[in-house]
Amino acid sequence: MSLGVVIASHVDKIAEGAYQLLKESAPDVSITYAGGTDDGEVGSSYEKIEAAVNQQTAETIYCFYDLGSAKMTLDMVSEMSDKNIKIVDAAFIEGAYTACALIQGDYKEEEIDVQLKPLQVK
Amino acid sequence: MELTGEQAQRWILCFQEKIEKNKAYLSDLDQAIGDGDHGSNMYRGVQAVKEKLNELEDPTTEEVLKTTAMALISKVGGASGPLYGSAFMQMAKTAKETTELPELIQAGLEGIKQRGKAELKDKTMVDAWAPVAEALTNGTFSNDTIDQAVEDTKPLQAKKGRASYVGERSIGALDPGAVSSGYLFTALVEEVLK
Repeated sequence: MSLGVVIASHVDKIAEGAYQLLKESAPDVSITYAGGTDDGEVGSSYEKIEAAVNQQTAETIYCFYDLGSAKMTLDMVSEMSDKNIKIVDAAFIEGAYTACALIQGDYKEEEIDVQLKPLQVK
Repeated sequence: MELTGEQAQRWILCFQEKIEKNKAYLSDLDQAIGDGDHGSNMYRGVQAVKEKLNELEDPTTEEVLKTTAMALISKVGGASGPLYGSAFMQMAKTAKETTELPELIQAGLEGIKQRGKAELKDKTMVDAWAPVAEALTNGTFSNDTIDQAVEDTKPLQAKKGRASYVGERSIGALDPGAVSSGYLFTALVEEVLK
């Protein structure tokens, strides 16, 4: 599958928990995640988010984040990456869940974008 | 005036000292209108910057600025990481062409605005950087420029970041990012412009 999902949270356990939830409905989707700072504290880590993007087997990646600084860090990683990165300003869990379920169901990128639109809250 | 590599190094190391000294104060300011981690986040960042800068021997201006950017981007952990990181990254890029201080600070300001999408009067770092950049360009820069810019964030209502969530309650509080930016410019006065 050429579409994947990256989760970026301020907390490692939130990222892990989101991953667990998403995998349940999308076992075949490339889902990677980053949570917390390098020291495992609350915050966002450039290195962890970059690693989550690099671990992706998909070429086009939908990225979901919990709070603003994770978004800014995603922006910076995205500028440095060759992959097609789509940072989605959707409700964090609902957006990621919707994207994963649709990718698992073989929906096309355009169709997924349409479904994500009403979930935009940020 | 041009910023040499040696001056840039002393400037940033002085900034590190100021953050270290005022770490608790910055977090207290942030507690009032944000999530209370600005001091500890910035401290973590500038500690990493200090380590990396101390490894450099006879660096160019660009090297100092880029090293600072990379350490802040990877270590701060909060929004100030990408924001300060982008500021120093833009300054580093500009330093390839010119090391004139007004141009460098202006480039830093553009980096912050582009990353955070904030404008003047949104009660952010921009409100400290913009008046300083302008005064440096016009030749009217002094310590008062910094103090006034920081103080002027008090009556503003926050439009960006965590502080915007508390709406009108942000009025009357100093913006922590503007205060830490004030330390950066005070360090510039002490180490370079004195």
